[in-house]
Amino acid sequence: MTTKQTFLGVNVPKPRVAFFELSSCEGCQLQILNNEATLLDFLSMVEIVTFREGMTEKSDEYDVAFVEGCITRKDEEQRLLTIRKNAGLVVALGSCACFGGVNQLKNRFNDLNWVKKEVYGDHPIDTQEAKPISTLIDVDLEIYGCPIKKEEVEDIVVNLILGKSIDHPKYPVCMECKAKSNICLFDLGEPCLGPITRAGCDAWCPSSRLGCWGCRGPAPEANIKQLLHICNEREIPMERVMDRLECFGGFSESIEQLRRTEGR
Amino acid sequence: MKLSCDIDVKHLTRVEGHGNIKITIKNGKVQEARWEVVETPRFFEAMLVGKNFENAPYICGRICGICSIGHTLAAIRTVENGFGMKPSAQTAKLRLLLKHMETLQSHILHVYFLAAPDFLGVGSVLPLVKSHPDVVQRALRLKLLANDICDEVGGRRMHPTRTVVGGFTMLPDKYALGQFKSRLKNCLGDLVASAELFKTFVFPEFERETEFVALKGEGDYPFIDGDLISTDGICKAEYDYLTMTNEYMDEYSTSKLSKLSRKSFAVGALARFNNNYDFLEQTAKDIAEMLDLRPVNHNPFMNNVAQVVECVHVVLDSIRLIDELLGTEYGPERQEVTPKAGLGVGAVEVPRGILYHCLEFDAEGRIKRADCVIPTSQNHANIFHDIEDLARFCVEQGKTDKETELLAEMLVRAYDPCISCSVH
Ligand code: SF4
Ligand code: SF4
Ligand code: SF4
Repeated sequence: MTTKQTFLGVNVPKPRVAFFELSSCEGCQLQILNNEATLLDFLSMVEIVTFREGMTEKSDEYDVAFVEGCITRKDEEQRLLTIRKNAGLVVALGSCACFGGVNQLKNRFNDLNWVKKEVYGDHPIDTQEAKPISTLIDVDLEIYGCPIKKEEVEDIVVNLILGKSIDHPKYPVCMECKAKSNICLFDLGEPCLGPITRAGCDAWCPSSRLGCWGCRGPAPEANIKQLLHICNEREIPMERVMDRLECFGGFSESIEQLRRTEGR
Repeated sequence: MKLSCDIDVKHLTRVEGHGNIKITIKNGKVQEARWEVVETPRFFEAMLVGKNFENAPYICGRICGICSIGHTLAAIRTVENGFGMKPSAQTAKLRLLLKHMETLQSHILHVYFLAAPDFLGVGSVLPLVKSHPDVVQRALRLKLLANDICDEVGGRRMHPTRTVVGGFTMLPDKYALGQFKSRLKNCLGDLVASAELFKTFVFPEFERETEFVALKGEGDYPFIDGDLISTDGICKAEYDYLTMTNEYMDEYSTSKLSKLSRKSFAVGALARFNNNYDFLEQTAKDIAEMLDLRPVNHNPFMNNVAQVVECVHVVLDSIRLIDELLGTEYGPERQEVTPKAGLGVGAVEVPRGILYHCLEFDAEGRIKRADCVIPTSQNHANIFHDIEDLARFCVEQGKTDKETELLAEMLVRAYDPCISCSVH
């Protein structure tokens, strides 16, 4: 991922930053407030001009827009287009914005009418298939994770300000996990998407003895066949692997393929 | 007396999610006054259908970033109740400790970052960084402590990783727990200072009598486990949650609404306080007294104060829990799970009030139907009717448009609404 804008070099020391949310749990925005130890330093590096969840003031003039959440309604498309017009740089914040996130789980039924009826009965309600923001606008930078890792966001913002390029790791979560000498979940008979998921979270879940659910999407060098082979060998039910692969939308292409071959 | 005004707040700030306030007053008469929820629905109840039970806590946690721990624990309780499981004493203690720390971090975030700016006459916490550095530092210290404990017990402060059906994937380090205990003791000073800050705030003298719903305490101020009660004398079993929630839709909101004995009821810190005052720690009661909060209180703005009081209570109770955990050898972290066909209901007091999950399972433990009733949606009708009354109150008091708008905003904020959660 490269940034198209270079004006955020050293001569623009305090970028005007705005936060927006579409359909989401607002957790990724909250993660930024959740870094109490460095929050005040972080706030002194940028000028936050819009952050509805935290402040009353707002402005349409900003350099960087962080957009959390995915598109599920027409009015969100309109808001997103306006944000793109106003912002120099649009950053997709979290897996909802990058891939649809958990919200895209409703798409798997291929039947929006059933989905609506299941929740609202006959009361009319407006919704569309959940879509990542890149389906509508150009996105300059994607920050993965459900939730995002706050330290990673701060690093990224520092690099943006210094005009440095931002590189996501190409290796999978497994590398980070092995470096931490964690017990491997497969040895405990649990599925883990660590071998195919993009690193950057420092093996957050396996370090707490929970298999990776793939929230950051596929690593560029992901070998899904190999993973399925390991799971097969360890007699881990295919359903549990599919649950993880389809949870956040990052693996949507592989899941389509798998559904066809598995007949699910 | 002021005769006319037109207030139209689109996407109220400093609340979680999207809601609007509309107040029209003509010739001294309130023409319309309402609270609308315009959040986009995400359809979690549909998403869960067909999924194996282990997905429920993991997916449900994503209903809300602020109370992800509460949703995770409610979903776990629902599955365990459905399968006829009882958590071990150790698991129950760890879950309650985790729950308490979510309550602390959420209440501190709300009272300091979202509510306090109104009372200090600023638009956000940002100007306070310069004008009231000690206040901001204190809030951050308290929040950091709560979040650090959530990391240790739940694996992660948001969307926890260690909490699973049957128990935990991993137990907290006992040495770390000991350290947290001293930090918790030390933070009591910060909590007293918080109460003193709130003592300086002027709360509007506005009351509207309503019904308050909460879990029923049996010896303890309740957060997990218990019957469902209201200040109008209702008492039902957890399993009968639908008779407490009675959801319906209206034309203004994408959120559902609830009612019980009257046209609306309230849940949350004030509702818990009003129902279970007797079970609060003595120091928490003293703080309540100092802040002029006594049960049953019908001033919705006092929910802010009830949150401060609860912060004191959960910190003291957490110290007790850590003592008990440190005083016994750890048993197994999780128990075997055997799925069973049937229905599970789980009620948990999350920061904003009582939360219900209900799941129906097939024999393999796959979800056939899901229902989640969120505190904020239970509060919506109450907020709606409060706004109507507040508009009349403002007319009588001859408030200016600006004052009326600010009071209406402060009223909604006092409920600490979690709107994206209510339209899950
Ligand atoms: S990516 Fe996850 S944490 Fe972030 S907004 Fe979406 S659901 Fe919430
Ligand atoms: S636990 Fe997961 S991430 Fe860690 S080594 Fe094993 S497969 Fe890789
Ligand atoms: S371990 Fe996997 S699921 Fe957990 S945060 Fe990292 S990428 Fe996401």
